[in-house]
Amino acid sequence: MSIFTVADDQGVAIVTIDRPGAPVNILDAAAKAEFEALLERLRHDGAVRAVVLLSGKPDNFIAGADIEEFVALKTQAAAEALSRDGQAMIGRVADFPKPVVAAIHGGCLGGGLELALACHYRVATNHPKTQLGLPEVQLGILPGAGGCQRLPRLIGLRAALDIILAGKSERAPKAFRLGMVDELVPPPLLRSVALAAAIRLAASGREVRRPRRGGITGALLDRNPLGRALVYRMARKSVLVRTGGHYPAPLSALEAVRTGLERGMQAGLVDEHRRFGELAVSPVSRKLVQIFFATTALKKDDGVPPGSGAPRPVRRMGVVGSGFMGAGIAGTAVAQAGIEVRLKDAELVRVGKGIHAATGILDGRLKRRRITPQEHQRLSALLSGTVDFSGFALTDLVVEAVFEELGVKRTVVAELEGVVGERAIIATNTSTIPITDIAAGARHPGRVLGMHFFSPVDRMPLLEVIPGASTTPEAIATAVQFGRRMGKTAIVVADHPGFWVNRILSPYLNEAGHLLMEGTPIEAIDRTMTRFGFPVGPIALLDEVGLDVAGKAGGVMHAAYGERLAPADAIGRMLADGRLGRKGGKGFYRYEGGKKAGVDVQVYRLLAITPSDRVSPQTIEQRLVYAMLNEAAMAAGESVVRSPRDGDIGALFGIGFPPFRGGPLRMIDDLGAAHVVSTLRALAAEFGPRFAPAEVLVAMAEQGGRYYDDGPR
Amino acid sequence: MLTIPSGRRAAIVAGVRTPFARSGTALKDATAVALARHATRELLYRTNLSGADVDEVIFGQVIPSVLAPNLAREVSLLPQFPKTIPAYTLNRACASGAQAVVNAADQLMLGRADVVVAGGAESLSDIPILHSRRFSALLLEASKARTLTQRLRVLSRIRPRDLVPVTPAIAEPSTGESMGQSAEKMAQENGIRREDQDRIALLSHQRAAAATADGRLTAEIAPWFGGRAMDQVLTSDNGVRADSSLEALAKLKPVFDRRYGSVTAGNASPLTDGASAVVLMAEEKARALGYRPVATVRSYAVAAVDPGWQLLMGPVFAVPKALERAGLTWNDLGLVEIHEAFASQVLSNVQAWGSQAWADRLGLRAPVGEVNWDITNVMGGSIAIGHPFGATGARIITTLANEMQRRDVQFGLVSICAQGGMGFAMVLERS
Repeated sequence: MSIFTVADDQGVAIVTIDRPGAPVNILDAAAKAEFEALLERLRHDGAVRAVVLLSGKPDNFIAGADIEEFVALKTQAAAEALSRDGQAMIGRVADFPKPVVAAIHGGCLGGGLELALACHYRVATNHPKTQLGLPEVQLGILPGAGGCQRLPRLIGLRAALDIILAGKSERAPKAFRLGMVDELVPPPLLRSVALAAAIRLAASGREVRRPRRGGITGALLDRNPLGRALVYRMARKSVLVRTGGHYPAPLSALEAVRTGLERGMQAGLVDEHRRFGELAVSPVSRKLVQIFFATTALKKDDGVPPGSGAPRPVRRMGVVGSGFMGAGIAGTAVAQAGIEVRLKDAELVRVGKGIHAATGILDGRLKRRRITPQEHQRLSALLSGTVDFSGFALTDLVVEAVFEELGVKRTVVAELEGVVGERAIIATNTSTIPITDIAAGARHPGRVLGMHFFSPVDRMPLLEVIPGASTTPEAIATAVQFGRRMGKTAIVVADHPGFWVNRILSPYLNEAGHLLMEGTPIEAIDRTMTRFGFPVGPIALLDEVGLDVAGKAGGVMHAAYGERLAPADAIGRMLADGRLGRKGGKGFYRYEGGKKAGVDVQVYRLLAITPSDRVSPQTIEQRLVYAMLNEAAMAAGESVVRSPRDGDIGALFGIGFPPFRGGPLRMIDDLGAAHVVSTLRALAAEFGPRFAPAEVLVAMAEQGGRYYDDGPR
Repeated sequence: MLTIPSGRRAAIVAGVRTPFARSGTALKDATAVALARHATRELLYRTNLSGADVDEVIFGQVIPSVLAPNLAREVSLLPQFPKTIPAYTLNRACASGAQAVVNAADQLMLGRADVVVAGGAESLSDIPILHSRRFSALLLEASKARTLTQRLRVLSRIRPRDLVPVTPAIAEPSTGESMGQSAEKMAQENGIRREDQDRIALLSHQRAAAATADGRLTAEIAPWFGGRAMDQVLTSDNGVRADSSLEALAKLKPVFDRRYGSVTAGNASPLTDGASAVVLMAEEKARALGYRPVATVRSYAVAAVDPGWQLLMGPVFAVPKALERAGLTWNDLGLVEIHEAFASQVLSNVQAWGSQAWADRLGLRAPVGEVNWDITNVMGGSIAIGHPFGATGARIITTLANEMQRRDVQFGLVSICAQGGMGFAMVLERS
């Protein structure tokens, strides 16, 4: 079966790309070969005076290049060749003697956009699904089929860098404003408008005069070598701030753009494919691609063995407890899944505040123009509240987010069982209490499970789903699938204290406390870890989480796992001084007007320590990172996560573990278990038995085992 | 050919309303649409009714917003409903909410629907302020102008007096008489004394306060989350004064006839914002879905008098008609709800129902009936609770049905006077 079909309409060849049996179009080897042959035929066909390129998929133009093909690349030379061939093919479109018009509806990404950019005219639909973008840098590579060259030439340097360096996609109206497309039309008119444009261009010649963009600033910055030099410098600086220098792709893409604009298209293309080759085999790109595959696989994983339990549809959700977490869960469910959410709390004032906070998530989206005022009105009407469980009888899923105390939670579960329907699922949002204990008093414990959201719910991408001892597969699958509808990546984890994320975070935060109590300055600890690649350092994280919450969790972990996870007593003393962290405006850091305003030096006096730079950054990093690696190995050994994939994704999305390092288990593979074990032994000798390597790790070291069998490619 | 199924009865299943708030107070930032949607959504949740089971939505509104003229459709476009439920908004003046309920009942009895949401809403804080006719005409002309000079020429004809906004008054278009003036006229012509009017007002406040305190009224109210952070929660009607007294009421000055008048702000219903909603079902459908109806609609009637005569005497004609259609007499009634637009109107109606002269005039053998205040307006009335025009009818029906259930009363009567000289009456029956 062929991918392309051609139909004639008034001397214009309407070329439809429609990859058989696939949801989206991609530019794989087969598509490229067929397209090249087709171009050759159309070039020589005298009856064809122009070409329109159209997709046969309902909501997709072309999703990009074939990522499997890209992953299979073994060498830099092969990667370079792939990019060069892509450039050549797309170049033949640009140089095609007859006008080629792209008719874009749905996603037009990566190689798909590079192809569209080489066309002589672009018509796009004003549909929300029509998005144009170059996401390559998110996979650690760059647009390698001329994208770094054609986009800045079309829309100006600054606008192009905005898209290329961040790997961004733009909705069609914005793309139109930027000049990425020439016309914006309602979907039913796409074909006829593209056809008319093709006929027009066939008569007038394929060169289209476009207005210059950006006015005087455009002239000063985009179309002037000195201005451009300034733009390159600023862009580089902002990339370095954003990536901490850990991600080479945006900087390399910047260079490819610069070469093209300063030394000509040809030089630019050569630089572009050379750099593509370099990046494609870089360890960072490999990691980012692995993460991409892991999250893609998780999107299809319902958390239970296939066939064991079908997820049930969730149309109405109840949330008990309208505090910060409850409101966040409610607002995110409405904003993402668009379902009815009923909030319940003990007092009407709290219910009102909860609805207000949940609506705030919608307000934010309205402000950022992610939704229209009409959508805002509709979505906010999905939120309502009560003090008496009215409306809960028809809920399919209830999440309780009440006070973290076993007795309170069990009471809520008992109350819920009295009001919800037989098949409704009851989820508890807890970070410290065992699910099996919460479910113990339930009449139907099979439908009780944990859904551990992270705060702030609308922004944190991870969800831990925790089955209790008797939770049914149906309940698990429902929670996982609904978590996905809420925009979360969901991992199923075992009902051990701390589950996965807080478990591996615990020794890391404890170690930060130990370092602090030994006199290591707060800045030194946090700076070391942000340089390592974490978005915030451990001490700042404690402030964010709230010292009361962290203190309580620390106590629970200590009780569950013994001396190994004994916290330093820094937090206790901080709490005694009335410091709650950011939410109280006072923690390890000072906060002014809600903003972090530097370390609070009074903390040192409070903790009776004299800060000194005695401990080297290397040691700080080693103690913190290895504490986490060791705990991750131990928890993975206890099957707290179902697979290393889930464990690493949990660390990346739940803690902000640096993506270019792939995750703690991936990192153990990269370092080698033997190396990790010997380092841990050395740390244990110097700092105490809490660093004693996990038995599973020692066994792995002895047998030369690994977490992943895909190995270093 | 249309055929009418026999034996179908329309059942009132439940009613929910917003708190009623004096205009310009707690609900001043809400539109009538928002109030109606709030009451309806809460009605669905409290009854565990799935939006997909509803066949039609009917609402009453007296002063619609030009931005959302069909309020009922905005209600039926709540995301709790499928988008495919037809809806219309009607205007029977102050009886609109009640008219919505009986229209729903008609549809149910005729077999055209099985489940209907009916109600009413009004925001007198959000009434349209209009421009003068001349100013509107000039603006329209200017918008049609082809050139800038033409447009400027049109606009230059605007005079300062054209810019004075036109606020709709609560007055009869056919007579120019305001509602208050009519009430005053009725007091004078029927000899209704100021003290008696104040006594009705006091009773209204005392009974509404008691029913608020013991939760009978608040049970029908969906709390409103107001204020910037939605933490100003209104759970009851803010016009009810538990501390009202005859002395305080007596101090108020008459508003419409300052020298000889007796109608005051104290013995009239206040301008009010609010919404109410009722779900009705065909009786068999209600039972099939597992609901126990509170009451069924036994009969209703509407009448009208010359607005230039005694504007609010319509109920005098409507009530005997409704009773006759119900096959009942006044003495069969266990509870009566009389809408209190003005105490003078209530007492004028009551006087007429009890008079032989009026019976003769109505062609009845004996007077309609003697009002027993022990079973009339037992939870207060519109003077205390407030009167959002479109919403009042559905509010009264809900209250009556619930109280009939509590007292195990078989028959109850609703009487509502309305602008335009209209009167509305309805008989409910415990099923």
